[in-house]
Amino acid sequence: MTEATTAKREQLKPPTSNVGLIGWLRTNLFSSWYNSILTVVILLFLAWLVPPLFRWAFIDSLWNSSAEACRDIDGACWSVIPNNIRFIILGFFPEGQEWRPLLAMALLLGLVIYSKERSRWKKSLAWLWLINILIMGSLMHGGILGMPVVETSQWSGLPLTFILSFFGMIVAYPMGILLALGRRSQMPAIKTLCVVYIEMIRGVPLISLLFMSSIMFPLFLPEGVTIDKVLRALIAIILFTAAYIAEVVRGGLQAMPRGQYEAADSLGLPYKHTMRLIILPQALKIVIPPSVGILLSVFKDTSLVVIIALYDVLKTTMVTLSNPNWAGYSSESYIFLALLYFIFCFAMSSYSRRLEKELHTGH
Amino acid sequence: MRPKHNQTSGPSNDVAVPFWRDAEKRAILFQIVALFVVGTVSYYLYSNTQANLARQSIATGFGFWGKEASFEIGESLIRYSATDSYSRALLVGALNTLKVAFIGIILTTIIGSFIGIARLSSNWLVSKMAASFIEVMQNIPVLLQLFFWYAIFYESFPAPRQALNPIKGVFLCNRGFMFPIPQPHSAHAVMGGVFLMILIGGWFLNRWGYKRQELTGQILPAGRITAALALLLPLLIWVLYGAPTAMDIPVLRGFNFQGGLTISPEFSALLLGLVLYTSAFVAEIVRAGIQSINRGQIEAAKAIALRPGQVLHLVIMPQALRVIIPPLTSQMLNLTKNSSLAVAIGYADFVAVANTTINQTGQAIEGVAMIMVVYLFFSLSTSLFMNWYNKHMALVER
Repeated sequence: MTEATTAKREQLKPPTSNVGLIGWLRTNLFSSWYNSILTVVILLFLAWLVPPLFRWAFIDSLWNSSAEACRDIDGACWSVIPNNIRFIILGFFPEGQEWRPLLAMALLLGLVIYSKERSRWKKSLAWLWLINILIMGSLMHGGILGMPVVETSQWSGLPLTFILSFFGMIVAYPMGILLALGRRSQMPAIKTLCVVYIEMIRGVPLISLLFMSSIMFPLFLPEGVTIDKVLRALIAIILFTAAYIAEVVRGGLQAMPRGQYEAADSLGLPYKHTMRLIILPQALKIVIPPSVGILLSVFKDTSLVVIIALYDVLKTTMVTLSNPNWAGYSSESYIFLALLYFIFCFAMSSYSRRLEKELHTGH
Repeated sequence: MRPKHNQTSGPSNDVAVPFWRDAEKRAILFQIVALFVVGTVSYYLYSNTQANLARQSIATGFGFWGKEASFEIGESLIRYSATDSYSRALLVGALNTLKVAFIGIILTTIIGSFIGIARLSSNWLVSKMAASFIEVMQNIPVLLQLFFWYAIFYESFPAPRQALNPIKGVFLCNRGFMFPIPQPHSAHAVMGGVFLMILIGGWFLNRWGYKRQELTGQILPAGRITAALALLLPLLIWVLYGAPTAMDIPVLRGFNFQGGLTISPEFSALLLGLVLYTSAFVAEIVRAGIQSINRGQIEAAKAIALRPGQVLHLVIMPQALRVIIPPLTSQMLNLTKNSSLAVAIGYADFVAVANTTINQTGQAIEGVAMIMVVYLFFSLSTSLFMNWYNKHMALVER
């Protein structure tokens, strides 16, 4: 502001306390007296908590030993995982056939990773999925190409978790779209049916539907007809998920401006074409991120099949823990399982967030 | 001139339109077909069920309600024994569900708001710790978390005889936490009654204070007056009654503790799991609510010389709450629905009791129907409240 400052040629550097490590510490950790106190308290808390946990998990722990060796140590017995990994991941799948579920899971994961890029979302991708589902189904079930048949009662572990969540989602999605369209329909009878269905399903916990599938479905069927347990649980998950998808899709339909409907009407398009060509392509695009969110919660919710005695990956872990050799190492096993779930769920949730940012083409 | 394919035309056309081209008639036909299909499928399932029930000779109906339950329930808010009826057992279960949901909702709101605010802290360490808490809790299935906490309680705490005793009278063991509680005294009822009356009176005082402020401009610190009265008056009554300090202290008798207040490991694990899981979601909601407020609002409030407390209380909170409360209610409902996972770790909630009832009586349809009706009741009453709240809030809007 004064003559002197403008006359100076040499540029002033920012004070050292505002840049570099010290500057970062000042602005982010010690910006005011209460922030400084908070930082110190948290550091003390971490210093109290982390070293013993670290000792337990890494220093005093055993990673690949027998159950007997674990009895003498204070730390974590991670050996419970490598010693039982085959059962935890694949459950009761017959010996010697392990490559089949492993290949099926690899195919599924590969396809999911391949489908991540939006440039690959074409019609051919849908066909690819369909072919892959058939291959995965025949890998799991067998009966062709000399592979022995494996009954669904032997499907367990991680493949079961994947089947229940991905297939539940794939079948429930079209159903959810129909329900959402029905709820927005002008026809009172259709609308009432859809509203009652959606609100009823959303009002009850998944566990009540799983109970229904395990004890009431057999009563619904005529004498002599039975559906196996896995399929019944899958039906319950589909019925449950469809209601939630319907609400998400309805949100997308409501977000469409009136002008889109009016433009379609003025072109003389009938309802079917209005929806298929104008509304749904735009509405479904909006709801892709929340749909990934639903897949995420279905993936977590499949763990509930434990309660109706289906052997998903959580149940196989519990069976391992009921083995007297390995009883008592539940913290280690559950932490391993939590890590497994966390990797998949975190990948899905960050993907959903990324998509939301990418698809946000509005203003 | 009418177009040839008219989507909205009524029947008053000059040219007779075949009924499948008439949108209105087609809609009616379509609805009749849909209702017919739903009706037929329902009837088919119903007749199959009737035939199956007749074949397995299971009597339908709620006659079992009056029969003796003959199973014990670990914890109960009302007096219950195995000789009581099924209906009383189910009532115990429903009350247990309400108990865990009520305490869980209060704790989740507090912890969730705290973490949501921490997530927005300018302190890097605080914000990152809140963020990692949210990520970890949201991405692990709640059932796995319940099993984990239950295993911790059950495997890491010692047996009652070696119970940890951190403070005099407080015990920690694998049968739960035992706390001393004040022995029942006639002063407690009076103190509670006075406390409630002061809270109700405070609400009216607050309203009267606002009216007076509008007329005269004088501010009445209604909140502080109420808080002071609510603290001091019950204390005064306690002293007047001779300050009873007798405590009911838990004592080890045989294999377990007696007396005091016991919080079972099942209840603790369920509460801890549900609260931590749900508060991660609540934290995100609170964060979004606070971030939704325009900076200009806060600057404007400061410009008219409101104190920081008033800015929060009069400007930020009323607007943030409007964004926060609808998703918050649905999270509370989720917590209540997730409390049905109690059946997996052996806490006697409604689903667990209904499940035992189904196993004992074979009344599967009635049992599942009861579970659905109870949870539907919770959900529908919550959405009624939400509708009322949204209407109430819409009035405040410009």
